[in-house]
Amino acid sequence: MAKIIVVTSGKGGVGKTTSSAAIGTGLALAGHKTVIVDFDIGLRNLDLIMGCERRVVYDFVNVINGEANLKQTLIKDKRVDNLFILPASQTRDKDALTKDGVERVLTELAKEFDFILCDSPAGIESGAMMALYFADEAVVVTNPEVSSVRDSDRILGMLSSKSRRAEQGLDGIKEHLLLTRYNPERVQKGEMLSVEDVKEILAIELIGVIPESQAVLNASNSGQPVIMDKDSDAGQAYLDTVQRLLGETVPFRFLTVEKKGFIKRIFGG
Amino acid sequence: MSLLDYFRSKKTNTASTAKERLQIIVAHERKRRSGPDYLPQLERDILEVIRKYVDIPADQIAVSLEQRSDELSVLELNVTFPDEKR
Repeated sequence: MAKIIVVTSGKGGVGKTTSSAAIGTGLALAGHKTVIVDFDIGLRNLDLIMGCERRVVYDFVNVINGEANLKQTLIKDKRVDNLFILPASQTRDKDALTKDGVERVLTELAKEFDFILCDSPAGIESGAMMALYFADEAVVVTNPEVSSVRDSDRILGMLSSKSRRAEQGLDGIKEHLLLTRYNPERVQKGEMLSVEDVKEILAIELIGVIPESQAVLNASNSGQPVIMDKDSDAGQAYLDTVQRLLGETVPFRFLTVEKKGFIKRIFGG
Repeated sequence: MSLLDYFRSKKTNTASTAKERLQIIVAHERKRRSGPDYLPQLERDILEVIRKYVDIPADQIAVSLEQRSDELSVLELNVTFPDEKR
């Protein structure tokens, strides 16, 4: 049975697509057949982050409308086996995704894949609702910043009331908190919400903490998921995240300021 | 917490302000989400009625609906009146 995971946040620009690309790639690297589905209809971007923008022929909406089949539409990643991308359409028609259509496509994908990763658009409009509706698990991407945390809480409310699992009275969607753009130095100075703060407010299990990192922009510049930059802090943090998603217990890294000096060791901080 | 932290915390710590603000707004919004859809409108209507007689700001009224058991729901209305002397 395929597992459907939605990557969502409410707020835009917190790292949903970056995280979808990284986690999807990580799952495939771990040997699981994975497809990343871009639900951001109108503002397709996953293809750029994955570096396959010039290979897009058909898209999600074409498949829903029966203008192309999945085999024609799925883009196979050239670097990683077992990894495929279903690009979003650039149509301006907001209602291009129908619940029936999405269900048909996901059901067909579920026959082939171990993991279906749904990259949600920002906001709480129909695209975002469609991305979370069929999910079994959710990765809620949050920045340690007030508006992002508030929007994440809003999305958590949607996950527990507006999903298929909620409507059918099944077990709820398993919710994971992914904290991104984390800056331990600013946390130490009292300028940024800490991991503990965000965990306490949102009260969901933590799946990963991705440090604010130069590697993320470098990765998107070159169309390479940041998880493939294995020497980078962000890449390693995503690798840890994927392992946790697969049920392993991995200690959290990059939570504290590195290279503690002698004086700090004595006085704490 | 070390001695150093004690002195450091004298400076304005914006993260703790953020946390406090978030805890309040998130609790408020969760309560609202869990209540029936008509609750916000009910709150506004009650506020309007009270305002006919006493001038109170919008944040001085709190309406909550609590499901005590299957057969009992309690509508709680909390209005803080302004100081008479002013």
